[in-house]
Amino acid sequence: MNEFIQHTINGLALGSIYALVALGYTMVFGVLQLINFAHGDIFMVGSFVGLYFIRWFMPNVEPSLLTTIIVILVAMVGSATVGVIIEKFAYRPLRKAPRINILITAIGVSLLLEYGGQLIFGASPQFFPDILPRKQIDLGGAIYLDSNQVTIFLVSFVLMLVLQFLVFKTQFGRAMRAISHSLETANLIGINVNKVILITFIIGSSLAGAAGVLYGVAYPKIDPLLGLLPGLKAFIAAVLGGIGNVTGAVIGAILLGLSETYVAGYISSTYRDALAFLILILVLLLRPAGLLGTKKIEKV
Amino acid sequence: MKILSKFFLLCAILTLVSCNKGGDDKIMVGYFGSMTGAEATFGVSTRDGVLLAIEEWNKAGGVLGKQIEIKAYDNQGKPEEARLSVEKLINADNVIAVLGEVASTRSLAAAPVAQQNKVPMISPSSTNPLVTQKGDYIFRVCFIDPFQGEVMAKFAFNSLKKKKAAILRDSKSDYSMGLATYFEKTFTALGGEIVGDEKYVSGDVDFKAQLTNLKSKGPEFIFVPGYYTEVGLIARQAKEQGISVPLLGGDGWDSPELVSIGGKSMEGNFFSNHYTTEDPRPEVQNFIKNYEARFGSRPNALAASGYDAARVLFEAIKRANSVEGPKLRDAIAATKEFQGVTGIITLNEQRDATKSAVVLEVKDGQFKYLETVNP
Repeated sequence: MNEFIQHTINGLALGSIYALVALGYTMVFGVLQLINFAHGDIFMVGSFVGLYFIRWFMPNVEPSLLTTIIVILVAMVGSATVGVIIEKFAYRPLRKAPRINILITAIGVSLLLEYGGQLIFGASPQFFPDILPRKQIDLGGAIYLDSNQVTIFLVSFVLMLVLQFLVFKTQFGRAMRAISHSLETANLIGINVNKVILITFIIGSSLAGAAGVLYGVAYPKIDPLLGLLPGLKAFIAAVLGGIGNVTGAVIGAILLGLSETYVAGYISSTYRDALAFLILILVLLLRPAGLLGTKKIEKV
Repeated sequence: MKILSKFFLLCAILTLVSCNKGGDDKIMVGYFGSMTGAEATFGVSTRDGVLLAIEEWNKAGGVLGKQIEIKAYDNQGKPEEARLSVEKLINADNVIAVLGEVASTRSLAAAPVAQQNKVPMISPSSTNPLVTQKGDYIFRVCFIDPFQGEVMAKFAFNSLKKKKAAILRDSKSDYSMGLATYFEKTFTALGGEIVGDEKYVSGDVDFKAQLTNLKSKGPEFIFVPGYYTEVGLIARQAKEQGISVPLLGGDGWDSPELVSIGGKSMEGNFFSNHYTTEDPRPEVQNFIKNYEARFGSRPNALAASGYDAARVLFEAIKRANSVEGPKLRDAIAATKEFQGVTGIITLNEQRDATKSAVVLEVKDGQFKYLETVNP
């Protein structure tokens, strides 16, 4: 039983990181019907921005929660900048082109970031410094909660609340939801579509940037291909929850994080990655709209 | 027609040029290693050790009156790239012998190519016994895992007085799987008990599920025969899960990155290795001094093994008085009581070196020497 609780805690922490990345996938899909394959790499950029910021500006800093929050904010800005550049120069010129063009462009951008990253940062893994004070909280019965798990929960939770507020309680959120219903109609009623899409990219990318730093804190080995697997898994989480649906992405991510940890804990870690793809296949076969998605005939 | 004949002439010239084995005044030696990727320090340290040996020999006049030159390829830590590197070294660069790899999985992938082409290959530090069984042209200058597993099992049982072990091994690495098995054999034969055995896959970053399972079995220590990147992460996550028992491992831990990634979680853990910088023998201290002067860092065991492998090869060329495959092979096989930095190297019939191993402890970010175990 104790083991089960420990697995659950670990799974929730992993799921929270997936959730932050999955939100970016789902938001961009919501407004543009585009699967932004470069999103996982924006997550990687966040990690590296955090790493280089620490190296250059606070090399001997004492680990503290404040440091972590500063690094997260810087990484969010860095990732958002990359997101904006990608949107402006890669996706916007193709807005009226057939959807397959922009999809292929997304894959191209993803490869550019991965291999450009290897060129700039080097292909060898680098180690993310300790920026968070490390402490283990004994919950009794040999169950431990680590300080970085707590931070991951908290930061993810706060960011998701902010996002929920933005999407459902603000003028911008209303415009975004309008565009997700129909881009043309939203344009006709006077919504500045380009601006809303840009802001969507900013929000999605900065969430990925925050996730990048949290990932670096939890698993301090980062390299330019780091975004590949978590990116794919976050995509699967978004599909599982119903792509385009904000709440669905979070639920999908948490479910994926938990099931991966249970599989590694009770069956074998060899099947951990296979499981994610099995889930993807099952969802596409049995419930293509995802858990919370609405049925809509869609050609991708 | 004129163009055609010119083309043939060009072809003929190119063939002649490529036949010319790098000039008559040079001896070409091949090196392949993981100089980038998750085991980057393995490849870089070994290459630096090889380079130092070449520079020292060249300064003293080279071998057979010729200067030695190295051609090095990076395999990014991938077995298929390792195989390809050796194919390139032998077929395109016409090297007379190949030095490498550290990781057994990659040595195993490349060895058949060297064997088929009858080009001697010396692995500096692949410890899986299968490596040299690939053929009579494959050698190594280090001990093998049945011995290394025994060393750590005896150390845990006799010196640390621990009776209950758990194992966390890398299912994708021949080195890790082999070493874990040999450890288990000796440890249970001594009367110890293996209470848990979990696996991970190299490249994984999350080991919490396996560690949670192992913890519930109550081991007195965990044997982690992996490579430094994963070991560092495992040590960290073990502390996060409230595991306070020590970790034990093998020579795959030897990297300056081990401590930079594992941080304080690495303190008080033990591993077996090929040599210690605290060895007072003049060969060792001179090597450390020269290496530091040349590369500005303290040589680890992989650098020392690379240095030894290269010198064993040059000595053999000198004795064979030839760089032809079969003659060179016989000369390497006849290596006896060679005074290496990592110990006295005599190659046995299996083309393996029988040498002593040392046990080191991670203390204040340094590797402190504890004991020497003889075969």
